[in-house]
Amino acid sequence: MAVNYSAKEEADGHPSGGVGVPGGGAVGGGGGAGAVKTRKPDNTAFKQQRLPAWQPILTAGTVLPAFFIIGLIFIPIGIGIFVTSNNIREYEIDYTGTEPSSPCNKCLNVSWDSTPPCTCTINFTLEHSFESNVFMYYGLSNFYQNHRRYVKSRDDSQLNGDNSSLLNPSKECEPYRTNEDKPIAPCGAIANSMFNDTLELYRIDNDTRTPITLIKKGIAWWTDKNVKFRNPTGDGNNLTALFQGTTKPVNWPKPVYMLDSEPDNNGFINEDFIVWMRTAALPTFRKLYRLIERKNSFQPTLQAGKYSLDIAYNYPVHSFDGRKRMILSTISWMGGKNPFLGIAYITVGSICFFLGVVLLFIHHKYGNRNTSADIPN
Amino acid sequence: MWSVWCAGEEKRVGTRTVLVGHRPVPDTEACLAQKFCDNRIVSSKYTLWNFLPKNLFEQFRRIANFYFLIIFLVQVIVDTPTSPVTSGLPLFFVITVTAIKQGYEDWLRHRADNEVNKSNVFVVENAKQVRKESEKIKVGDIVEVKADETFPCDLIFLASSSTDGTCYVTTASLDGESNFKTHYAVRDTTVLCTDEAIDTLTATIECEQPQPDLYKFVGRIIIYGSNQEPVARSLGPENLLLKGATLKNTKKIYGVAVYTGMETKMALNYQGKSQKRSAVEKSINAFLIVYLCILLGKATVCTTLKYVWQSNPFNDEPWYNEKTKKERDTFKVLRMFTDFLSFMVLFNFIIPVSMYVTVEMQKFLGSFFISWDKEMFDEEIQEGALVNTSDLNEELGQVEYVFTDKTGTLTENSMEFIECCIDGHKYRDRVSELDGFSQPDGPLKYYGRAEKVRDVLIDGCQGLWLRVACSCNEPSLPYPAQSREELFLRALCLCHTVQIKEADQVDGLVAHPERKYTYISSSPDEIALVKGAEKYGFTFLGLENNFMKIRNQKNETEMYQLLHVLNFDPVRRRMSVIVRASTGKLLLFCKGADSSIFPRVQQEEIQQTKVHVDRNAMDGYRTLCVAFKELTEKEYDRIDRQLNEAKMALQDREEKMAKVFDDTEADMHLIGATAVEDRLQEQLAETIEALHAAGMKVWVLTGDKMETAKSTCYACRLFQTSTELLELTARTVGESERKEDRLHELLLEYHKKLIQDIPKNRGGLKRSWTLSQEYGLIIDGSTLSLILNPSQDSGSSNYKSIFLQICLKCTAVLCCRMAPLQKAQIVRMVKNTKGSPITLSIGDGANDVSMILEAHVGIGIKGKEGRQASRNSDYAVPKFKHLRKLLLAHGHLYYVRIAHLVQYFFYKNLCFILPQFLYQFFCGFSQQPLYDAAYLTMYNICFTSLPILAYSLLEQHISIDTLTSDPQLYMKVSDNAMLQWRPFLYWTFLGAFEGLVFFFGVYFLFQNSSLEDNGKVFGNWTFGTIVFTVLVFTVTLKLALDTRFWTWMNHFVIWGSLAFYVFFSFFWGGVIWPFLKQQRMYFVFAHMLTSVSTWLAIILLIFISLFPEILLIVLKNIKEKNHQVTKRLPSSGTSTIFMLSQTSSNHSFSWSE
Repeated sequence: MAVNYSAKEEADGHPSGGVGVPGGGAVGGGGGAGAVKTRKPDNTAFKQQRLPAWQPILTAGTVLPAFFIIGLIFIPIGIGIFVTSNNIREYEIDYTGTEPSSPCNKCLNVSWDSTPPCTCTINFTLEHSFESNVFMYYGLSNFYQNHRRYVKSRDDSQLNGDNSSLLNPSKECEPYRTNEDKPIAPCGAIANSMFNDTLELYRIDNDTRTPITLIKKGIAWWTDKNVKFRNPTGDGNNLTALFQGTTKPVNWPKPVYMLDSEPDNNGFINEDFIVWMRTAALPTFRKLYRLIERKNSFQPTLQAGKYSLDIAYNYPVHSFDGRKRMILSTISWMGGKNPFLGIAYITVGSICFFLGVVLLFIHHKYGNRNTSADIPN
Repeated sequence: MWSVWCAGEEKRVGTRTVLVGHRPVPDTEACLAQKFCDNRIVSSKYTLWNFLPKNLFEQFRRIANFYFLIIFLVQVIVDTPTSPVTSGLPLFFVITVTAIKQGYEDWLRHRADNEVNKSNVFVVENAKQVRKESEKIKVGDIVEVKADETFPCDLIFLASSSTDGTCYVTTASLDGESNFKTHYAVRDTTVLCTDEAIDTLTATIECEQPQPDLYKFVGRIIIYGSNQEPVARSLGPENLLLKGATLKNTKKIYGVAVYTGMETKMALNYQGKSQKRSAVEKSINAFLIVYLCILLGKATVCTTLKYVWQSNPFNDEPWYNEKTKKERDTFKVLRMFTDFLSFMVLFNFIIPVSMYVTVEMQKFLGSFFISWDKEMFDEEIQEGALVNTSDLNEELGQVEYVFTDKTGTLTENSMEFIECCIDGHKYRDRVSELDGFSQPDGPLKYYGRAEKVRDVLIDGCQGLWLRVACSCNEPSLPYPAQSREELFLRALCLCHTVQIKEADQVDGLVAHPERKYTYISSSPDEIALVKGAEKYGFTFLGLENNFMKIRNQKNETEMYQLLHVLNFDPVRRRMSVIVRASTGKLLLFCKGADSSIFPRVQQEEIQQTKVHVDRNAMDGYRTLCVAFKELTEKEYDRIDRQLNEAKMALQDREEKMAKVFDDTEADMHLIGATAVEDRLQEQLAETIEALHAAGMKVWVLTGDKMETAKSTCYACRLFQTSTELLELTARTVGESERKEDRLHELLLEYHKKLIQDIPKNRGGLKRSWTLSQEYGLIIDGSTLSLILNPSQDSGSSNYKSIFLQICLKCTAVLCCRMAPLQKAQIVRMVKNTKGSPITLSIGDGANDVSMILEAHVGIGIKGKEGRQASRNSDYAVPKFKHLRKLLLAHGHLYYVRIAHLVQYFFYKNLCFILPQFLYQFFCGFSQQPLYDAAYLTMYNICFTSLPILAYSLLEQHISIDTLTSDPQLYMKVSDNAMLQWRPFLYWTFLGAFEGLVFFFGVYFLFQNSSLEDNGKVFGNWTFGTIVFTVLVFTVTLKLALDTRFWTWMNHFVIWGSLAFYVFFSFFWGGVIWPFLKQQRMYFVFAHMLTSVSTWLAIILLIFISLFPEILLIVLKNIKEKNHQVTKRLPSSGTSTIFMLSQTSSNHSFSWSE
């Protein structure tokens, strides 16, 4: 490839490289005729290291304007992001119940299989109304979903509907692979520890509790829901039959085919389950729980006012010093509230701009001195 | 392997006895049948079945490969965070590529071996020729070799088709000398030139055990005649035909195999040279240790913290994340150990496997540019530069000391007879137009005594033809002038080892189209002398049956019987012949260096000649003195006996011969001296000045006379007129008993002058060319040995260091009268000084091989003195002037490229692994990898390997033309400047900074992990992918910032790599891979790109990471601009001075004190 290119380059080669061409050609020609092998190196741009090249030099003259331009671009972007982020409404309730005063304190030491579930209700007030669609998250702290033992404790082919994996889950799922000699579906620590608090939101309007519709579909990645996660295949749509021969995860109150009443949100393709299965990056994380859609354009999704959160408190976090939160947030084009990006952009842009000014000053000063200081030297 | 064992077992003890033709000898004295090797040549390392284990063993002996193997094994055995594939695949790749390369090379060797081993040879068995495969030859076989065949093993020459028992051999493939060497058969066997006759020979050969010296052989043949007493004849190297040499000009020969197979001298010489390691490689190893420490430190920190953190039970095993039974049962210490190993594995990418591959590839591919360089191609010999090792490319950019040979290196080594002096009268054929100090054509007056030019000489000779025999009647001076002249010319005609070669087989060194023959000789001086004599009317016609034929001026043919040749050797520095004139007079002619001739002739004759010799030497000519001696029959008998005795000796033959030579060549009469010009190479002065300006110190190490060497040094601008010369030679030291004391005085005096009086230069000026006063040192071999090997052992080592200090202060050092070993000694001395400067030796002859091998970089000139130097060198160039481009351009660029390559590799892997390390703090020290396994594996192999490889092959931060024309740029990279700890720290900090930016940037971004506009959240693999994307882009763009020379290839690989990364990520995440246990990356990359925040974050983080680099470039730029202006004036001044002082390179600069 290189040779081809070089041969091509020769035509428009450098003047210095071109000088030798006739001589080289003559020698080569003679060699071809008389079968005398000449060992003269080819006079190609590549072999002579004379490939045409762009030789940029970063001088103060070229870089300093770039600094200004970058500064000028970054600062508005930063301001834009910052403003956007600030406009996002976010409301967060910690319902762990560690404080004795908390209504959920009674549930603090709840265990998995407590029936009926411990329930508690937390009332809160939204100061500002949430205009656009509201996203309801649950947040956990000090929960190491990114622990290696945890992350790998799953069987993706089982979750993908592979029948052999269903009955014979991967060894990675240990110690949540089998229970009483039956394969667990879905196996593994992640599935086993699926978040199972139920959160319900009510608007309190003059002591009347109106439930707010929480949409539970559309919270998982589309590709996960439709491709990566699939129920086992087989005759009919009877999930119970398809999961025949498996047992539920140890901590689950009911088997996977009873996660939801709707068939397209049941089994492995239950969206709460899929969301949970996407392991979080950091020990403090939030996961999308429900969507609250804006009904019409005249009314905010959540008006300012009193609300109450009903919690079926099933998920124990106290044993590992964890926290549970419920977050209501609107979303902008850049996602949830995150002041970091805006601040970072503004900072970097300002530094750029400032340095541009300083360096330009230095550059000019030196530049001027250089030309005039030549003679005394 | 077995060859070493085979040869080493007997270990030169005693001798070996060979039965010629396997015929038992009559008086069988307990002659044990010794076992010898068969004649198989095994240069290959492997066989088919031992290739794999042996090759693997050898590869894993490399510390880096072994380390990676260990990591791989740990991954296989211990439950580690990354799959064994991540480190196994690169390792497998590296090992396979190397194995394939080595296997291919070995296959080529096998093929070459087979070609040699299976070739047909004819062995005489029972008076018949038997065709055999070469490998079947056994010691003792009588082998027939025909013209133009190579000898299949080392043979003792028994008989040839020519009746005088000689044959011609060229050893071009052994030492590169293409001239024909004459070999002689033992006198008693020369008649046995048929298969039948040779079969009747009953003889044994005793010879030494095989040894590698090509030019040494001692042996004895005992021939058992049918009825008489056994005769013993000595055997020397002239009787030995070496395997690999080719028979020429002789129809066929018979020889008996004495050394076969791996015991032949060729095979024993085959053992490779010791591997040279470059300074860069040492730096790499040092950095490697640092990174290994970082790695161990990280693993230790993580392991410790893990157990501190886990001391809290709910951290160790929360309910949602229980351990398996096996894990719980594992013993705690063992668990800690496996944890430690796991962390090691997780962070092991910090020491990159691929760096070794890339460095190797860079060196291998990069070295092609040297051999491709057409500017280093010499039209005359139709050859360009040759790279024997690619390991030292970058060392070419680090040279501080250049040791150069004079003859053939600084000079052309094409000799021309210029003038001669007979009894103090100067004869000059024509005045060289180059010699500005001589008058043009015409008679030259010299010392007012006589005018002798060519015409006079010839005219005079025509009239008076005195037979040498007559003229030699009177034992003392003066002879009639003409007879002296003729005697001198006869001496030139007779005293040599030149051979005649018919013109139709031109293969020799000097071809004369108009003549029917050419002269061939191992020394160009001799040819010049013979041709010089021819010019004056005495033509050497050749040697026939031990008679030398000369055609004299009257076209008569004179015949001289050649009785003995006392060969030239570098210790004696002279050679002699003993001939018998047709009148029966016995004459000894001797020619040699003045220093070796003068003490052996009548002292009163010296004076006049010495003046000429000195004068000629000063003009840069090579001088030889010619002396003769008449021998009486009685004397001759004694000498003959002694010589034969010495030749027969099996032990200490050399010493005995030397002793006889010494005795024989005494009390001679000086006839005259010759001057031969050796022209300076073109552009020599410019090259030397460039090397000087580049901060290199050039030392000339020559075997030549001081005056000759000195004038060459002046001519090539090594010494300038302003240079103050310090002399440590026989002349200044004197010859007296007290010379050692005198030497010490001188040393102290010079030391005081150079070191104590000169105000100490501070730092930066260390290698500056602008020293207030330049000093040059001249030292000769005898003085040097006095310093290096002092007679009294008290306190003399002190003088050695003083001497060294003086040497290092001088800009140029000239060492003359050096023996080859002394050259190497000097190189070693400088090499081992403080700071171990990089040395370069350049030479063309066999006598330079020792210093070429000794120096860090050995360069051979593809000159006329054979190919030995270029074969043993690391690089070979046609001319000395090519050194300029080789060092200033190629060396500089290679150094910059590889230094950048090394630093960049460490840097990119530091910022690759640092986020992974930081992530451990947020995942409970659980060894959770941040990046997907595919990314971990591909990072060094695919995503970031090609741009740096392209950079390290193509980068020209300064154009080649600028580099060659401005030698001072060379100093910018001197002292391994780019791989010192400071730049290393800079790169390390840069890597650490960027690693921190990558990780914490994304960490803060992930404070809210819903980054899409639909509120969905990202998981840990997206986190890693964002970090990785920023990483790949940053390190690639960082390289783009460093690239100053953007060819299409750079564009292609840099943008191509980034595009490939994006493409690969889509592809990798776009498919549910059936062979993967986990589909971690499924659509992660695509989802990542749907988020605007991620885009913004990636751009921001890349910019922040590159910001310090850009800032630094700008600051440097401003500083440099300021600097440049202040520097420009003096540098431009010097270049004009240089220009003014440049002389025509072939001008013979005359200089007198």
